[in-house]
Amino acid sequence: MNIRHILTIGFVFSVIMMALATGSFLRYGLLFGVDVTGGTVMEVSFIAERPDVATVQAVLGAKADTPWASATVTPVNERGMIIRTAPITEAEHQLLLGALKVGLPKNPLMEEKFDSIGPTIGGELKTKSIQAIIIVLVLVGLYIAWVFRRVGPVLSSWTMAFATLVGLIHDLIIPVGIFAYLGHVAHVEIGAVFVAALLTVLGYSISDTVVVFDRVRENIIRGNGRTSLDEIIPLSIRQTLVRSLNTTLTTLLSLFAVYFFGGESVKYFALALILGIGLGAYSSVFVASPLLLWLSPRKR
Amino acid sequence: MNPQRTRIIALLVLSLALFVYIAPGVVNQGIAWVDGKVGATLPRIPASDFHLGLDLVGGAHLLYQADLSQVTGIDPDDAMEGIRDVIERRVNAFGVAEPLVQVSGSDRLIVELAGITDINQAIRLIGETPFLEFKELAPAPSVVPGKATPTPNPLDDGFVTTGLNGRHLARAQVIFDPNTGRPLVSLNLNAEGTKLFADITKRNLGKIVAIYLDGQIISAPVVESEIPNGEAVISGVFTPAEAKTLATRLNSGALPVPISLISQQTVGASLGAASLAQSLRAGLFGFLFVALFMMLFYRVPGVMAVLALGVYTLIVLAMYKFIPVTLTLAGIAGFILSIGIAVDANVLIFARMREELAQGKALSLALTEGFSRAWLSIRDGHMTTLIGAAVLYGFTSSVVKGFALTLGLGVLTSLFTAIFVTQTFLRGVANTRLGKIRSLFS
Repeated sequence: MNIRHILTIGFVFSVIMMALATGSFLRYGLLFGVDVTGGTVMEVSFIAERPDVATVQAVLGAKADTPWASATVTPVNERGMIIRTAPITEAEHQLLLGALKVGLPKNPLMEEKFDSIGPTIGGELKTKSIQAIIIVLVLVGLYIAWVFRRVGPVLSSWTMAFATLVGLIHDLIIPVGIFAYLGHVAHVEIGAVFVAALLTVLGYSISDTVVVFDRVRENIIRGNGRTSLDEIIPLSIRQTLVRSLNTTLTTLLSLFAVYFFGGESVKYFALALILGIGLGAYSSVFVASPLLLWLSPRKR
Repeated sequence: MNPQRTRIIALLVLSLALFVYIAPGVVNQGIAWVDGKVGATLPRIPASDFHLGLDLVGGAHLLYQADLSQVTGIDPDDAMEGIRDVIERRVNAFGVAEPLVQVSGSDRLIVELAGITDINQAIRLIGETPFLEFKELAPAPSVVPGKATPTPNPLDDGFVTTGLNGRHLARAQVIFDPNTGRPLVSLNLNAEGTKLFADITKRNLGKIVAIYLDGQIISAPVVESEIPNGEAVISGVFTPAEAKTLATRLNSGALPVPISLISQQTVGASLGAASLAQSLRAGLFGFLFVALFMMLFYRVPGVMAVLALGVYTLIVLAMYKFIPVTLTLAGIAGFILSIGIAVDANVLIFARMREELAQGKALSLALTEGFSRAWLSIRDGHMTTLIGAAVLYGFTSSVVKGFALTLGLGVLTSLFTAIFVTQTFLRGVANTRLGKIRSLFS
């Protein structure tokens, strides 16, 4: 089996993964955090013993006309609990705290965190995120097309830009699909930091593709007795594979440190980055490179 | 001394200076120890702290929406500046360290209060409509013979309400005296205000009429003549900026801009402290993982890359302190990520070096070739990451901005350390006896 077959198999695998990710996205949709939808998240920790979720829910539901009558309650860490409900005002916030303290006399509690975000902010975040992603894609595409403009008659730098962009979309779609699934099974929410992770992946994961394409350019210019892209592209991949893996590996090592030691609040941020950057390394070899090979005109 | 050695010494001195700047506490402990040994009192290094975000120290991030629909006659931006000024003055009264009040977009206001304990009280005070009031000196208390003079109330500064307030002020603006060219602040009162003001100026001719905003005096002009037409001018030794501030403050009381809290994010101090500890641990492990990998995989060049990474960390931390960058959870995550990215350039250079060595080239030539041939890939890879960070910085809210900033700064700095610093160290080693053992480099 030669390297071209491996590339084809890798590409097909990518297409299947993208299809699965799209399916997961369509099936489950995305579970947005309060910074997108608007709403209230309150985290309390119990000083001594943590009561049951049902007990807390009963306290919250005591008065049917309060905004938090149907709040969802989930335990976190050892002594914590997160209460999610519609956006509430500061006065209501104090009432809610009071209701909890009075309703749970045997379980003294402390408020660790309180976020209440109006719905308008969330809507803005959505539009801005989509705009930002599109802008990054366009800028990166233009940059690649410009940087490789002197690659010679054999290869068009626009083909390189296109192949890069398809690779990027791959790096974007699969994490989104995985997070759609995680949202469904583990209530992992998507918010501003997830978008930040995606944008970082878009900027960073190109570097692997750049390394391969840079080598392709060098090999074309130097000739080395080969003129056909059929030979040059697989050769370039082989020459750069180890360093490509290593740059990704060092970055992933630092991200694993964040994932395992950085605490709950940045865990899924790190996970999104790990997925995206890992996929970025994969796509530079198995998506962008084969596309470059197939899309370039066959001659000689 | 050869230039190579000069560079290495310069880098070591730089690193030491940066370390003193970053961790003055550690250095001062060392000085204290020396003091104890020799019995002298050496000077201490002045300490400055890192700026930590609300999610690490605890505190509240509040976002207000201003309703500018009632604002007519003055620039909406000035109206926002007025409300910002009013709230900043209120917030300063809470005694919170470095409160932040800033206008965001055209009609929003961000208030950040680090380490505040009674957020409920703060929110109530911030949300109040500003109250502008004109006060006059109370008539001198008549002393009743045989009775003790009442102790003056410390809060009572001798001024009493006149009934004239912000409701009666149509607007205030900065004008310039046509004769002297000096800035003045003019006041236009409405019909009811004109009548009140005529009486007040008549009563207080030659005396002070003080103007209060939220109970604090903002101007205390002396009435020079009776003003019957509702058009007053406050003259004084103003700079144009001072005149503008006064006009803005008067307007903020005259044209109340109601604000409503649309987003509130509060983090308790204990949660913040726990997050900080976790972030630091993650940073430490991130550095260790990357350092171990580089040393195991690239041997001597790897060790040099780790030294360069140490210099990188010092430079970046010093920048965080100097600029200053407000470090949030996401920001520290960006920093840790940048540690992983910082050695990317080294990986590319070392891989290239190995290739050149494998072709049988001499070590110093392979070094030069490795650095020069890897440069294009390094430049382009870093550039696209910077594009991502720049868009992220421009498009998002404060939470994510910190991440974009630390990532962007890191990527730029690492270009310097991974290329210049690593190269300097590596050439230094190549010139020693170790340089004779090629296997250590490939």
